[in-house]
Amino acid sequence: MLAFIGRRLLVAIPTIILISIFVFTLQKLLPGDPVLAMAGEERDPELIELLRERYRLNDPLPMQYLYWVGNALRGDLGISLRTNQPVLELIGEKLPVTIQLAVMALVIAIFIGVPAGVLSAYKKGTWIDWLANVVALSGLSVPNFWLGIMMILLVSVKLGWLPASGYQPFSEDPLQSLRTMLMPAFVLGTAIAATLMRHTRSAMLSVLKSDYIRTARAKGLAERVVLVKHALRNALIPIVTVTTLLFGELLAGAVLTEQIFTIPGFGKLVVDAVFNRDYAVVQGIVLCTGVAFIFMNLLADVAYRVLNPRMRDE
Amino acid sequence: MTIAMGPQNAASAIESLPKRESRIWKKLRANPAALLGGVMVTFFVAVAVLAPVLPIPDPTATDWLAVRQAPSAAHPFGTDEIGRDVMARMVWGARASLLAGVVSVVIAVALGVPLGVLSGYLRGWTDAVISRFTEALLAAPFLILAIALAAFLGPSLTNAMIAIGVSAMPIFIRLARGQTMSVMTEDYVESARAVGVGHFALIWRYILPNIFPPILVQATLTIATAIIAEASLSFLGLGQQPPAPSWGSMLNIAKNFLEQAPWMALYPGAGIFLVVLGFNLFGDGLRDALDPRDH
Repeated sequence: MLAFIGRRLLVAIPTIILISIFVFTLQKLLPGDPVLAMAGEERDPELIELLRERYRLNDPLPMQYLYWVGNALRGDLGISLRTNQPVLELIGEKLPVTIQLAVMALVIAIFIGVPAGVLSAYKKGTWIDWLANVVALSGLSVPNFWLGIMMILLVSVKLGWLPASGYQPFSEDPLQSLRTMLMPAFVLGTAIAATLMRHTRSAMLSVLKSDYIRTARAKGLAERVVLVKHALRNALIPIVTVTTLLFGELLAGAVLTEQIFTIPGFGKLVVDAVFNRDYAVVQGIVLCTGVAFIFMNLLADVAYRVLNPRMRDE
Repeated sequence: MTIAMGPQNAASAIESLPKRESRIWKKLRANPAALLGGVMVTFFVAVAVLAPVLPIPDPTATDWLAVRQAPSAAHPFGTDEIGRDVMARMVWGARASLLAGVVSVVIAVALGVPLGVLSGYLRGWTDAVISRFTEALLAAPFLILAIALAAFLGPSLTNAMIAIGVSAMPIFIRLARGQTMSVMTEDYVESARAVGVGHFALIWRYILPNIFPPILVQATLTIATAIIAEASLSFLGLGQQPPAPSWGSMLNIAKNFLEQAPWMALYPGAGIFLVVLGFNLFGDGLRDALDPRDH
């Protein structure tokens, strides 16, 4: 297993290098000279030269890249133009908020998606299966920012059950924190639930066809035991893998969800950074999500092997 | 909503023999969900194409005497915060959404398929480089990548389409690569090679027609994702710029008037939902119809 992880880590290196090149190139797409913008209206030639020297803009591009990547490796992703905070510190500050949102969304998604998928596969071809598929496809088709707006309209404005916005850190007031996060997490969780339902259904369908399920039934085991202990347990392998890979979807969904419910997380950080032309923050976020995504992929592969003994010997 | 690639497994739609159109068409017609999806898509396409000739008000004309009016006979979908007709803006917004969906997928296919075919055909170093490049692109979540690109390129509908197209490209590279590799093992490709068919002719005449069906399915499903992505970018202010109408930007404004004018939020969102559902239903049906395992 260790050799496998080592090999996968080695393969990840060129990908990470490519991501860093891509993120570095992003800033070169910007129209105009960043130094001229920094130098202000007077455009003092001496100041411009000084800034060029400081940011190594007189160096050839490959050198500029190496300088940038060297800093990134030391954890220096630049300074936010708006808050003057180091980018990494800013990301570290906002990340826990988004993680809470993502974890709650995932829990909701699993509680809806997995049972719906099992039921749908078990009742294949019946109206239950049909209904579950329609609901799942609708979940995939509904834009989550619209769902969020509609839920605010119904749950907050009309019924007054939950707050429409605001954020309470979990460590300060856990109950209020869960209350404010419930609606955003549900909105974010729906799309994930739909994806999970579809994967669970297809995994269960293929497992239910296998010989050991027929044997289990022939032994006279109760249907519930066959379904949960024999079928679901085996179907869980692809489901766990898919769940790990849903990380990117959660993060992207969080951008919009946080925007609607004004949650001060990672997603709101990237949108604010875009509008404030805080490019170092945008770059830092793309780089961090890219690297995190690669590690989630790695985790998915490892989880797959841990769960599936047949894969271990390969 | 999801930013993932929607209902997937287009790769399962391997159609090994061409000239099955009539059978595919028959299967598609026998599938009510796919038909419904096709009707929904056709309806929105017709509305978008006919927008200039439909008897609707100017979507940018403001009327300060009719601000935030509830739906009525004069304004079936109500009016917005500066008295513009919401239905007219919906109709013209359909143009932006569908255009963005189709153009970005065309960009993704035009860039992704040649790279994928090359990767699967040449293998070796080319494959290694293209594969690493694809992984790097896949590593950034779709919307984050599109937001970053739109931010650096500047906010506009064109840049949003480029950003979405580039972000969706890796799926087509992966799909075309896998399909090419599987077609390459077929006997008819071996025979074509044996009789001395050149590389270009081999790709053009034997590989491309055979990898086309799953790519078509994926393209249909990706249009759905791209429409949501465009709406998301416009919602964030990074897509279509005002005063030109787009469903995403209409929702962005509508969220500030939820209590006073809920209809401003209801219709654009319903529009996105229905057109995306249409593409998803149709794409799912198309995949089932093209799946040779069901023949």
